[in-house]
Amino acid sequence: MKARVFITLKNGVLDPQGKAIHHALEGLGFAGVNDVRAGKMIELDLANGTSDGDIEDMCRKLLANTVIENFRIERLENA
Amino acid sequence: MNSAVIVFPGSNCDRDLAVALEQVTGRKPAMVWHKDGELPDGIDFIGVPGGFSYGDYLRSGAMAARSPVMSAVKDAAARGVPVIGICNGFQVLTEAGLLPGALMRNAGLSFVCRPVPLRVENSQTLFTAQYNAGEEITLPVAHHDGNYQADEATLDRLEGEGRVAFRYLDEVNGSARSIAGILNDAGNVLGLMPHPERVIEAAHGGTDGRRLFEGLLETVAP
Repeated sequence: MKARVFITLKNGVLDPQGKAIHHALEGLGFAGVNDVRAGKMIELDLANGTSDGDIEDMCRKLLANTVIENFRIERLENA
Repeated sequence: MNSAVIVFPGSNCDRDLAVALEQVTGRKPAMVWHKDGELPDGIDFIGVPGGFSYGDYLRSGAMAARSPVMSAVKDAAARGVPVIGICNGFQVLTEAGLLPGALMRNAGLSFVCRPVPLRVENSQTLFTAQYNAGEEITLPVAHHDGNYQADEATLDRLEGEGRVAFRYLDEVNGSARSIAGILNDAGNVLGLMPHPERVIEAAHGGTDGRRLFEGLLETVAP
């Protein structure tokens, strides 16, 4: 069973990396990009039966820094 | 004063810190590997050094903060043992929850490596007793993720409780309120991005870092 964890910066937290990407997109001539926020996606290959609670625990204890980041878990049931 | 320096895979300022501590205290610090679950008996001071623990993977300091030795460091900090986290060590201490806030990518996105002027904001701490309040000193920085951020309420509390120990006088990395170093609420844990251990003798081009360790020695083991 696989799960994906999406980690994003909380609203209001400055994102220098997103700003740089935004700037580069504008430099390439892409108009109409209002804002860019960068995050990360972590794919976990898990033993069958791993509970949502276990995955949340992994996020809180290591994968995300909840001072500055939010996380969202997506299970890939057939993967 | 018996000190311990924690060593993670990827630490690279552990030896500089050990030399600084040995010069000032006259005793070699215990070098404690991150997989050790315990600290040696009778440790009066713990240093978490700079470097790139675990290659800065995931987030700077994230993996090191969860390594076995950190439980022992947290227990010691709770007992009042002074702990300093320098550079990556500061990142480790925030990730471990020993200090509030987080250290993010420098606002300018570049690695910053140069001497920077700082103001000593609080000279009444375990670590700053040998500085004068408001004194301007120069310490080197060398970091990519030194942009200190916390929510406004946390920043107000840090300021109000005198827990901002050092502040940048120039724009360095985008840190909220130009914060370079902070203390925990009990005052025995200090995290700072600049490197006091790199300026302890004249040959280093400065000695402003030496007084941090001398002040600590004076207050911990007079």
